[in-house]
Amino acid sequence: MAIELGHFALILAFAIATASAMLGLWAWRQGDRVGLMLRQGALLQFLLVAAAFAALIQAFVVSDFSLAIAWQHSHSAQPLLFKITSVWGNHEGSMVLWILILVGMGAAVAMFGSNLPRDLLALVLGAQSLLVAAFTGFTLFTSNPFARLSPVPFEGQELNPILQDVGLAVHPPLLYAGYVGFSVCFSFAIAALISGRIDAAWARWVRPWTLVSWVFLTLGIAMGSYWAYYELGWGGWWFWDPVENASFMPWLAATALLHSALVMEKRNALKIWTIFLAIITFSLSLLGTFMVRSGVLTSVHTFASDPTRGLVILALLAAFIGGAFALFAFRASALRAGGLFAPISREGALILNNLFLATATAAVLTGTLYPILLEALTGRTISVGAPFFTLTFGAIMAPLLIVLPFGPFLAWKRGDLIAVTQRLAGAAGATIFVTILVFALSGASVSLAPVGLLLGFWVGFGAIAELIDKAGFGRMSLGLSLRRLAGLPRTAFSTALAHFGVGVSVIGIVAATAWQAELVTTMQVGESREIGGYTVTLDDVSERQGENFGAETARFTVTTPGGGLRMLAPERRLYPASQTPTTEAAIETYGLSQLYLQLGESNPDGSHVIRAWFKPYVTLIWLGAVLMAGAGVLSLTDRRLRIGAPRPAARTAPAE
Amino acid sequence: MKALLTCLFALWLVVPALAVLPDEVLSDPALEARARDISSQLRCLVCQNESIDESNADLAREIRLIVRERLVAGNTDQEVMQFLVDRYGEYVLLRPVFAPHTIMLWGAPPLVLLIGGVAIAVAVRRRQSSADPAPLTPDEQRVLDDLDSAGT
Repeated sequence: MAIELGHFALILAFAIATASAMLGLWAWRQGDRVGLMLRQGALLQFLLVAAAFAALIQAFVVSDFSLAIAWQHSHSAQPLLFKITSVWGNHEGSMVLWILILVGMGAAVAMFGSNLPRDLLALVLGAQSLLVAAFTGFTLFTSNPFARLSPVPFEGQELNPILQDVGLAVHPPLLYAGYVGFSVCFSFAIAALISGRIDAAWARWVRPWTLVSWVFLTLGIAMGSYWAYYELGWGGWWFWDPVENASFMPWLAATALLHSALVMEKRNALKIWTIFLAIITFSLSLLGTFMVRSGVLTSVHTFASDPTRGLVILALLAAFIGGAFALFAFRASALRAGGLFAPISREGALILNNLFLATATAAVLTGTLYPILLEALTGRTISVGAPFFTLTFGAIMAPLLIVLPFGPFLAWKRGDLIAVTQRLAGAAGATIFVTILVFALSGASVSLAPVGLLLGFWVGFGAIAELIDKAGFGRMSLGLSLRRLAGLPRTAFSTALAHFGVGVSVIGIVAATAWQAELVTTMQVGESREIGGYTVTLDDVSERQGENFGAETARFTVTTPGGGLRMLAPERRLYPASQTPTTEAAIETYGLSQLYLQLGESNPDGSHVIRAWFKPYVTLIWLGAVLMAGAGVLSLTDRRLRIGAPRPAARTAPAE
Repeated sequence: MKALLTCLFALWLVVPALAVLPDEVLSDPALEARARDISSQLRCLVCQNESIDESNADLAREIRLIVRERLVAGNTDQEVMQFLVDRYGEYVLLRPVFAPHTIMLWGAPPLVLLIGGVAIAVAVRRRQSSADPAPLTPDEQRVLDDLDSAGT
């Protein structure tokens, strides 16, 4: 019964979204009259989809295997948390989660959008509803999550054991919140194009949505990377896999969008480009969600396994992306260019940032799609993997990182490059000094490591230098500087923090790659090995029975260089319901570095294959991402830019 | 329960080995480092986007052993790669060769950078020329003169 109610709620949401889309996109000029209806419609869509989602969760929690997807992707012996996460550990259920976030964003616009001009609000909610209608329709007609089975199976097949992890509880919701959040930017862009009106106020309204989505996407990607790191069992944290690339491309585009929207907000320039980026970002998000799912990305052949679904997905993508770009081509000329500036200026630096980020996005996109296109067109099969991406992506990022610290120092409109270089001299000196020091102490052999470290420290010190300079340390008394520092707007801190985070991540990537120690060996119980100064002793190997798996657990005593003792217990598991083996690595964090132990198979002589890695400063990779996300949150809390704050400006904004 | 567990662990014997195994590792560290470097650039042909260095498939192990065999026999890195390309096709290379059929792959990023750079340069130049204000028309000059004389 609950399942049918959920199904009905989703159908109702589809109907309301369809009606709202038509109302908003056709009657937006009567914004005052339709505005209230659209806002109520957006809230209703949210409540209905939430009800549908709750019905699914309930069915999974009580292991109702009459629900087809619960039977396929859940098992009664799974722990409660994984029963719940199983809801979105499959195509149909994850579509409902995706739509739930989409309508959630729509409802948030309806709630917080009271200060928007009525016609703009009507258009935004109309465009948002069109997205809801399309994807709810897709879910209902091609991937119905509420399909029932008869006769009811006695037991379910289980969720893929690799997915039975807290990661699944956190990673997809974060990632989807990021992807789907950009739908609001997309809807705002469509609204601007249809109404032909766009100004600095538009950039202000879009800003919080871009920031929130970007924060979610940053955390989602970092979380996914850490999950792969500890779950897949060989200590890699980024594989340039098509699925990862699919999430990385919207992030790159969104990072460009954040920066270009800044120019638009402050200087009323780059308007057309910002609209273009808003469309691109959400298009890449759609591509990220759906190309993976249609099977096109992994291989052309799995695509044929469900031709209707794949074709509908491609048609939807073509309709939204193609439609948006057609609208853009048709209407962009109606938007007038804004403020003037010299090439050497804050605007100029931000444009350079956009150029490099756009190129990086293009590189990842071609690398991901090229093999598919080549095979489809000529039948030749090639592989484009990590070595290609690290080479091209690195080559594009290096110049961006070199110029990055200059940006925040340059003045708007017209900057003085020589003066900025002088103000950055301290940061440059610190960078060179620290890099030389690090290499004198460690002596790494990896050829590009010094370059990478230089870049990382340069960006990090540059961010610190920016704050020191803005506060005027060294140019005035200490007390005055401290007061100035405290008085700086939060956005100044968030810029510095985000850029500092970039530097931290770069340092982590370089250090973990250049100084990683690896040990592949066989060990008998009682034997010891040494890695990276740590002594690892295998105490015993035993078997244990988990809730829904059997495991072989190895117990290690780790002696740190300082003499401390730690216990580590990596496992190999077998999930009998799906006959799937997994490895559970044991990871111990020492400061910023990690020791990573993995238990391999056992040999006939009773010895065990053990893999161990010492990964120096590896946590900096994710810490940097967390700093970036934190910077986004900090920027959101800036009083001047809070959603309700620009009200007076909004009223007086000239209609162009 | 004990019996069940024993059964489970017996099943593990058919589960393939994971990534590089101790018995594959060469005694010469320099040669082994080269082997690892080459392995990370070769695709495990039966996996989804994994290098043979990371993969646990039997075929990956086989190729890893071939790589080490060739290295021990004194081949250069290029010769090892070429040997595998001859045997398995260019699909085995994770970094595609630079050739006519991959020109758009390697060319796309520089092309985007170039087009973007030129577009920006043109836009900047156009803006600067339009930024120079047009000289005042005689009418405007007259209005200005009137204001000036009224002010004094």
